Parts: sequence; structure tokens; C-alpha cells
Amino acid sequence: MILVWPIVIPLASAALLLLFRKWSGLVRWGSVAAAVALLAAGIWLLATVLETGPVAAQMGGWPAPFGITLVADILSAAMVVITGIVAVAVTIYGLAEIDRTEGWHGHHALVHALLAGVCGAFLTGDIFNLYVWFEVMLIASFGLLVVNGTKKSADGAVKYVGLNLIATLAFLSGVGLLYGVTGTLNMADLSGRLEGRQEEVAVLVSAMLLLFAFGAKAAMFPVFFWLPASYHTPSVTAAALFSALLTKVGVYALIRVFTLIYDLDVPLVQNMLLWGAVLTMIVGVLGAAAQNHWRRILGFHIISQIGYMVLGLALATPAAMLGAIFYLFHHIIVKANLFLIAGAARRMVGSEELKITGGLYAARPLLAVLFLIPALSLAGIPPLSGFWAKFLIVAASLELEAWLITFAALAVGLLTLYSMSKIWLEAFWKPHPDGPDAVVGKVPMAMLVPILSLATLTVIIGLSAGMFVDAALAATEQILDPTAYIEAVLGARE
Amino acid sequence: MESIVSILAGVLVAGGAYLMLSGNLVRYILGLTLLSNAANLVIFAAGRMTEAAPPLTLYGEKVPAEGVANALPQALILTAIVIGFGLFCFALTLAYRAYYAMGTARMDSMRVAEPREEG
Repeated sequence: MILVWPIVIPLASAALLLLFRKWSGLVRWGSVAAAVALLAAGIWLLATVLETGPVAAQMGGWPAPFGITLVADILSAAMVVITGIVAVAVTIYGLAEIDRTEGWHGHHALVHALLAGVCGAFLTGDIFNLYVWFEVMLIASFGLLVVNGTKKSADGAVKYVGLNLIATLAFLSGVGLLYGVTGTLNMADLSGRLEGRQEEVAVLVSAMLLLFAFGAKAAMFPVFFWLPASYHTPSVTAAALFSALLTKVGVYALIRVFTLIYDLDVPLVQNMLLWGAVLTMIVGVLGAAAQNHWRRILGFHIISQIGYMVLGLALATPAAMLGAIFYLFHHIIVKANLFLIAGAARRMVGSEELKITGGLYAARPLLAVLFLIPALSLAGIPPLSGFWAKFLIVAASLELEAWLITFAALAVGLLTLYSMSKIWLEAFWKPHPDGPDAVVGKVPMAMLVPILSLATLTVIIGLSAGMFVDAALAATEQILDPTAYIEAVLGARE
Repeated sequence: MESIVSILAGVLVAGGAYLMLSGNLVRYILGLTLLSNAANLVIFAAGRMTEAAPPLTLYGEKVPAEGVANALPQALILTAIVIGFGLFCFALTLAYRAYYAMGTARMDSMRVAEPREEG
């Protein structure tokens, strides 16, 4: 029963928020309350999983592998918790940002539908069900993209929808082929049935189709163009939610599928992941360096950071996997925060085009400091969380003596610092081209609270990294040795 | 039977790709629909195809007779068709909205979100 709540709460609140959308105040605060409830359900789930090991439940009472299984190990439970944290942050932020019209058009309901899709994708143990949750997530994100009704977001949505649907079709065909080969859709069951059959052509084809689908979802090279085209067009609340969660669901699916179902020992799979990851890092950061629009720089950064996470998976040693998982958690918090700050700054300087902004440091020093924390963390400056994340990945690649990859990871870190300093210099340091009076307004409390909390969380993770690394280590052990996971799913047969 | 369906799926993919490359948004969406039907056919073929052998279990027995098709992929296709239909409707509405907002259905000219750099 405990597994159902993180899905039921957002689904029910999405329906309720849509019904009551005329009562603006009720809906706005209801949305925050539902996000808090989701966080509480996530924490409860994580506490249970830490105590008793992976938990599984069979929906509709059909025993695995016939029914649909919900299952949580430490990784998926922790992802649900962090989804809850982001949900609380963006819904509070939305109190100040989302206007009545956008709320009336269903913004709040769509946010919770998206959260339901994300949590469903983390908790399902059935690969076709994973496809369904991806669709829930996708259709909610389509809605969130266009709900503010601007020309720009219609344009962004065309590219987002057009490219994401192709990935979805690849996912569907991959699942179909996999079923044709094995006769099962349950991921734990698939793990056993594919033992020794990893090199079969049909299995490899399905692996490649899923790699393409999840890679496109996670914005890996070369299928990332939808992300920088669309992430700067919707409201900041929606963009922060997307940047924190959507690509990470892709990475999560890659980690889950390529450890549980497919083996990373197959050279084709490993090389694709490895070189895809390296190129993703490099291309993403070069794209960021070329941009002059605040949120577009951040969008390109997501791509390069995804490269680090996939690199950790592709290197396939326990140390690298640990790095990938730690990176996943750190990046969700940092990236959501950077988008939120971009929105607060836009409110004060009137634009996100860096050339025509400035003077924020002189006018709003607190916001400047709050920007520096996630920005430096993203670039990997100690002692913030990003340093440990990068350190774990680089240390793992040094251990493998993969010099070229180590060099690429370090160089990309430097370039990240370069493009972050570009935002800093243009928006914060230099005076505003229209004089110091052009910076108007104050940061509303509803925006300040989530920004401050996420920044504090970044610092806490950085300073007490040992504790979080230990937690990530426990998650890594379960990922690399899925016996307990499989037992939880299939052992519940009786 | 499988080979005919495979060829058909290939033809659909080719036609879909041709439409999607034309640069017109409406054709792009129609191409996507062809692709989604190709994906459905792939799943259909993966579940074995038999003629006039319904996948039913005789009364009192626990497994169906030999040589019948697997019914599950067909249920999967049904789900996929429903989802695909919803997405198709959304995409068409979006295309109309984008055409209405930008005055063009040519994807190359839709540059509001990513304006060309000057100079």
C-alpha cells in the first residue's frame, strides 16, 4: 500500500485541482499542500526501504510476472523523495509566478499530473507500464509548455512534441521486440530470462531502441535538440520542474534498464553509452558557451551534465556508478534552483537576454550570493555538492586509466565555470545598460523561500558529503546486485 | 504472414520518414502517425501470427492449445493506439495553434523561440 501513495496523491490532486480551478486561492495553496503530502509519502517510503530492503506490491492481486508490479529500492525511493522536494519548491515558487489565467487554464493540475508520471516511472517494475508512465509525463509536459499561451511557447512546444514522439515510438517498438524475444514484461523476470542471451540480434536491437528512446528523453548527443529549443519558453515554474525531473527520468531509466535487464559487458552497448556520454558533455557545454540568453545557457548545461551521469553508468565500475547516482541527486536540486533564480532575476531586470541586463549585484546582493551557490556547485567548486559529484566520476575514470575521458570531464568542468561566469558578469556584475534604476521590484517571499532552501540543501550536501555518499553507496550496491530487488518482486509470488 | 507485416511496417516507416522530412508541420504529424502504426505492427508481429486459431483455453484446461497467437501484444497495441490517438489529437491542435500564432506551417521558418543571431 505504501508504494501506491506517491502515485495516488498527485493523480488525485491533479483531478481535484482541475475541478476547483475557478477558486484561484484554493487551487494555489492546494497545489502546495499536495506537494507536501507527496514529499511526506516519499520520505515514508524511503524510510521503509532503508529499514526492510526493496519493497514490492502486485497491482490487482495478479502475481508477478503476470500483473503489474510496483517496486522500490533505495534508488527509486530516493528519487521519489527528491521529486517531492522539487515539487514543494516549485509549487511555492508558483504562488508568486503563476498568474490567474495560467492557473485557470490548468497549470496546477498539469504540474501534479506530471509528478504522478514521474513517480510512476520511478516506482514501476514493468517495462510496458514504464512506457505508460512516460506517456503520462509527456502529455502533462506538453500541456505545461503551451499553457501560458505565448507565441514563443507554441514554437518551443512544436519542437519538443515533434522530437519526443519519435523517442516514444522507439521505446514502444523496443518493448515489443523484447516481449517477442522473452515473453515477459516484468523487469525482474526479464533480468533472469536474458541471462546468456545478451548477444542475440533481437536483444541487441531492442537494447539499441531503448537506448535511443531513453537517450532522447535524457537529451543525450545526438538527440538533444528539443531541449534547448523548448526549455526557455514556458513559465519558470514549469521550466524548473522539467529541468529537474524530465531528463533525470531518462537517466534513471537508463540506469535501471542497463543494469537490471541488459548487461553493460556487451561492447556495442557500452561503447554507445560511453562515447555518447563524452560527446554529450562536450557538445552541451560548447552550446552553453555560445548562448546569450539566461535560460538557454542553463538548458545547454543540462545536456552536458547529463553526459557526466551517463558516463558514470557507462564506465560500469562500482565507483563510477556511485558517482552517477550522487550526481543525479545533486543535479536535480542545483538545476531547479538555477532556473528559479533566473525567473526571479528576470522579474527584476526585465529580460533574460544577458546583453540588455545587469546591475543585479549592486541592487540585490542576496540574490547574487544565492546564485553563486548553485552556479559554483554546478561548475564543481569545493566544498559544494557538485565538487563531490564530479570528483567521484573523475576518480572512477582515473582508476580505469581512461585519460582521454578524464581530460574531457575536467575540461567540461572548466567550460561550465566559463559560461556561469558569463551569466555572473553580464547579469550581476556589469551595470544595467539603462542605469541603476532599471532594476525594479523585490524578490517576493514565495520565490525567496524555495531558492534559499534549495541553496541551503546544496551547501548541506557539500559539507556533509560523507553521509550522502554512504546513502548513494547503499543505492549503488542494490543496483549492481539486484538479487534483493528481484527477490522482492518475484518472491511475492505466493 | 510475418514477412508481409514486416514489409508493411518498413513501407510505413519509409512513408513516415518521407513525410516528416518535407518540412511542413502537418505532414510531419501525419508522418509520425504512420511511424506509430509501424511500431504497432512490429509489436503485432512479435506476438506470433496465426490464422483462425483463437487464443482461448478449453474448459477445464490451464493452457491454451498449441500454435495460437499470444494475446498480450494485442492488448499492448490497444493501449498504444489509445495513447497514440490522444497524442495525435494534441499534436494537430498544437500545429493549428502554432500556425495561427506564427502564420506559417513551415518548420524552418518557425524561429520565435530560437531567433537567428544577427551579424
